Amino acid sequence: MDFDFTEEQSMLKDALDRLLANEYGFEKRNTYLKAPEGWSPAVWNHIAEMGLCALPFAEEDGGLGGGTEDIMIVMESLGRVLALEPYFATVVLGGGFVREGGNAAQRAELVPKIADGSLKLAFAHTERNARYDLSHVETTAKKDGDGYVLNGAKSLALGGDAADKIFVSARLSGGIRDVDGVAVFLVDADAPGVTGRGYRLQDGTHAAEVTLENVRVAAQALFGEAGKGHALIAKVTDQAIAALCAEAVGAMSALHDLTVEYLKTRKQFGVEIGKFQVLQHAAVDMFVATEQARSITMYATMMADSDDAGERSRAVSAAKAEVGRGARLVGENAIQLHGGVGMTMEFAAGHYFKRLTMIDILFGDSDHHLSKLAEMGGLFETAAA
Amino acid sequence: MDLRFTDDEIAFRDEVRQFFAENLPNDIHAKMLDGEYPDKDGLVAWTRILNSKGWAVPHWPEEHGGIGWGPMKQYIFLEELQKYPCPQPLAFGVNMVGPVIYTFGNEAQKKQFLPRIANLDDWWCQGFSEPGAGSDLASLKTRAVRDGDHYVVNGQKTWTTLAQYADWIFCLVRTDTQAKKQEGISFLLIDMNTPGIEVRPIVTIDGGREINEVFFTDVRVPVANLVGEENKGWDYAKFLLGNERTNIARIGVSKQKIARIRELAAKEMSRGRPLLEDPRFREKIASVEIELKALEMTQLRVVAADAKRGNTGKPDPASSILKIKGSQIQQATTHLLMEVMGPYAMPFQHDTGEGWNEPPVGPDYAAHAAPGYFNYRKVSIYGGSNEIQKNIIAKAVLGL
Repeated sequence: MDFDFTEEQSMLKDALDRLLANEYGFEKRNTYLKAPEGWSPAVWNHIAEMGLCALPFAEEDGGLGGGTEDIMIVMESLGRVLALEPYFATVVLGGGFVREGGNAAQRAELVPKIADGSLKLAFAHTERNARYDLSHVETTAKKDGDGYVLNGAKSLALGGDAADKIFVSARLSGGIRDVDGVAVFLVDADAPGVTGRGYRLQDGTHAAEVTLENVRVAAQALFGEAGKGHALIAKVTDQAIAALCAEAVGAMSALHDLTVEYLKTRKQFGVEIGKFQVLQHAAVDMFVATEQARSITMYATMMADSDDAGERSRAVSAAKAEVGRGARLVGENAIQLHGGVGMTMEFAAGHYFKRLTMIDILFGDSDHHLSKLAEMGGLFETAAA
Repeated sequence: MDLRFTDDEIAFRDEVRQFFAENLPNDIHAKMLDGEYPDKDGLVAWTRILNSKGWAVPHWPEEHGGIGWGPMKQYIFLEELQKYPCPQPLAFGVNMVGPVIYTFGNEAQKKQFLPRIANLDDWWCQGFSEPGAGSDLASLKTRAVRDGDHYVVNGQKTWTTLAQYADWIFCLVRTDTQAKKQEGISFLLIDMNTPGIEVRPIVTIDGGREINEVFFTDVRVPVANLVGEENKGWDYAKFLLGNERTNIARIGVSKQKIARIRELAAKEMSRGRPLLEDPRFREKIASVEIELKALEMTQLRVVAADAKRGNTGKPDPASSILKIKGSQIQQATTHLLMEVMGPYAMPFQHDTGEGWNEPPVGPDYAAHAAPGYFNYRKVSIYGGSNEIQKNIIAKAVLGL
């Protein structure tokens, strides 16, 4: 058993952290946030130039052959600085569908464009009444000659306002929540019948409502097998959740550092407030929650590309539930320990807190994943170890 | 990063499992499954079975009877031991005084005591806490005054676990009343048969008789029983308390408890269906499992780091996390197990030593559930309370 990174992974992490140290910081991030796109095209180019957008794709497709662990490393570093660039939407989520669902021709077309940063992707899946149920798909796909016609309303597509192409789930057959009968299509954002309405989330990141009205797509827009889209969606979102957990660990860790630093400098009653035991213990609770989140994220990362869908989902749900609880504890305590300044937009703590709150909600909150895990029989029932 | 066990480690785990299955006496296994602990004879018998295999003190240096397994195999061994579940060898000997003796003791002490600890020929107990010295251990008052070739010891120790069986007690005693409180303490080994020692039981809230008060009145202890140097006892005590981090979280114990909870929740009925099918109860189990899985990975991170850099004998601050979360999880499992029994957790039918020969009220597995819950409140108190652990992290890790 080995928890260390390889030499290559350490180099990757160092290089990325150096880049982010130069390009991020509270003031710079605020500037990016205020730009129309809500992130920095210059930083995005640097990220692509480093090869990070090529990371999770096979070498024969033009990628670097990285795995879930490499993504974990990148996402944790991005989480530490609350990076805004559409890495998650494009490379992790969109890239996930390309890698797991794309045929050779589709991969050959898309991977080079993802890799050089020129193509931005999104995944439009959730609908108004779906909540966190992955199998809930009301959007329809009807066979039409060689292609399909899509109709429906998608909600909360991360990065959907900036995406050039959007992965969309649609139902070919069956009832609204049936696992069977779903397919995944890649649609041009500017195709006739596609309308997007972009907006900001609470943390300043962007998403979009995507409406599909008689959108005609060709046969080669289908990713994976028609009707078997649910398994593909489940796998890609499991891997995406593991990546989000890593982002959360980075943000929790940075927020904890920020808070401890504040405890060491802020003085009241003539001493640094970090001398007060009640505040020390709250800071320790944050530390413990962060390390526990890190540990279970490593576990989920290891399991995220497992071929055993049950094992994979159990591990990922366990991690999402644990990270969600920990993120809330760390976020709320950070605000409390900062006192008044923690409440202001002019201070970083609140921005971490808001991002962590969004991460808990994304792809199902703590409670959702806890009950999902319980339904699947728990974590240790079938595992021998 | 590779979080899987190696083939060698898996083969080792299977070997350990097989040995336990073939060698743990059935009556002891039945007691352990029921949440009971074996009596003195049972633990002695089991320790000797382990010792004849060479497995009573695997974590010791090889020249003193250890095996040189390395941290990962030690971890696997202990986890399997706990999961089966087998009784653990008496910690006061093999984990506490043994390592102090082989690290700081003289040759005569090593020769006299170490083999007898490994074989449980001597039952050891721990004389640290006093009525006025709990978390503030260094304020202890038990005095040892030099008189020729002896120390004369006067004072009182408390919370002394299983002192009623003990042949020896290792004690922190004050040998210098003028020095700073940490600097006037010495580490003495005292024969429990010495005149002037009196052991009085303390009954715990679960009805158990595991802890005691030990009174010392003009107890004469040969100077030869001083470990290391006079007035350096605090250093040895810190070593002792920081030494155990391979399995401080007791992952295997909690895994076994969760398996037991599932097994019994499948038997207990609630609203006409097995309790295990109740979604809310399943979520409660899953919630503890998640914490436990995270802690298992944290524990393995510590073990893997130890394996890499070698066990330095210095307490790793991360072991404080293990103590805090490990105790919370153990406590959560004992409460869940009590919940499984529903109203049958209530009847008091605990064997308090006088024997319990009545037919059980309710299911025969319910008797120890509530006492187990009450008893496990101790795990967040002993060995440095969780609040003390937080102080340690705040200082050593966060620099506050």
